[in-house]
Amino acid sequence: MSNTIQVSVWRGAEEGAFETFEVPRQPSQTVLDVITYIQRNIDPTLSYRFACRVGVCGSCAMTVNGRPRWTCRTHVDKVAGDGTLQVAPLRNLQVVKDLACEMTEFFDKMNRAEGKFHPTKTRDDDFDFIKPDDKKRKQASAGIECIGCGVCYAACDIVDWNKDYLGPAALNRAWTLVNDERDGGNDVRLAAVAGDAGCHACHSQQGCVEHCPKHLSPTHSIAGLKRETAKAALKGLLGGDD
Amino acid sequence: MASVRVETKLWVWQRLSAAVLGLCVLVHLGMIIYAVQDGLSAAEIITRVSGNVLWFVFYAVFIVAVAIHAPIGVRTILNEMTNLSPKMTHIVMAVLCLVILVMGFRAIIGLYQAGASL
Repeated sequence: MSNTIQVSVWRGAEEGAFETFEVPRQPSQTVLDVITYIQRNIDPTLSYRFACRVGVCGSCAMTVNGRPRWTCRTHVDKVAGDGTLQVAPLRNLQVVKDLACEMTEFFDKMNRAEGKFHPTKTRDDDFDFIKPDDKKRKQASAGIECIGCGVCYAACDIVDWNKDYLGPAALNRAWTLVNDERDGGNDVRLAAVAGDAGCHACHSQQGCVEHCPKHLSPTHSIAGLKRETAKAALKGLLGGDD
Repeated sequence: MASVRVETKLWVWQRLSAAVLGLCVLVHLGMIIYAVQDGLSAAEIITRVSGNVLWFVFYAVFIVAVAIHAPIGVRTILNEMTNLSPKMTHIVMAVLCLVILVMGFRAIIGLYQAGASL
């Protein structure tokens, strides 16, 4: 192992260029460690985002050697076999500066997909009793661990060519709520996620599945939404807003 | 953007027609392989297939499935890859559907009647 690593880092916003830094190698070093080293020791003007450093908050996703990854849990050893790293901001999101992206659109789409809980009960009502092996509970559990990092959104080619497309994370979030027995918002939710900006735009290429750091399968969730919206359409429950 | 109801129903139609097509293609290819292995000539195939109501019905179903499936897919591709308006892609879909129906039925009606002239 060489004692240093050559790192090219995107500098600028939409317009910009890669700048190369030489960073000392450390055992168990992550890509986030490398970026942090550059900012603290070489160039304090480098902008990037992180918070927890342990794969929980979902704020440090970047494009590493051409692939979207969570940088805090990506070891340099695994991605920089030849001793070089290229770190860029996430694809499909507007770049604010350097490695920091504008995430507003990503989170707005969670709202547009009705990715919020629609309560049906008050505090005076009893709890819902849902068994762990309940089919819908299992389907919700399969998608619930999303950390909102935006890796799937950056990996998705449909997002790239259809800017209205809600994206894998928002649709996955909607699917977990479709399967939530306590939620009462499925009529509006299914109407929100159907159509050519929603689940029907997905071509099941599974870029999201390939890159999700939590090993979720948004494609599977989107397939579920396709089935449920089809049922709703056949029952005449989907709105007809042209 | 067309309504979510229209998009969803088109998706359902495409999936249903895909299921029919899957079966039809298997029978169609199976028949070709079977016929070729037996060394049949075109005239012999026509002799066997033409005038046969079952084959006519089979290929009629096949054509209807293609006429539903393919234009919906073409519409999606045009929506994604071109600057054509949604209305225009809808028209292209409808025209393509009609073209496939006319050409397809012209072919199988001709095949059905060919036996009579042999």
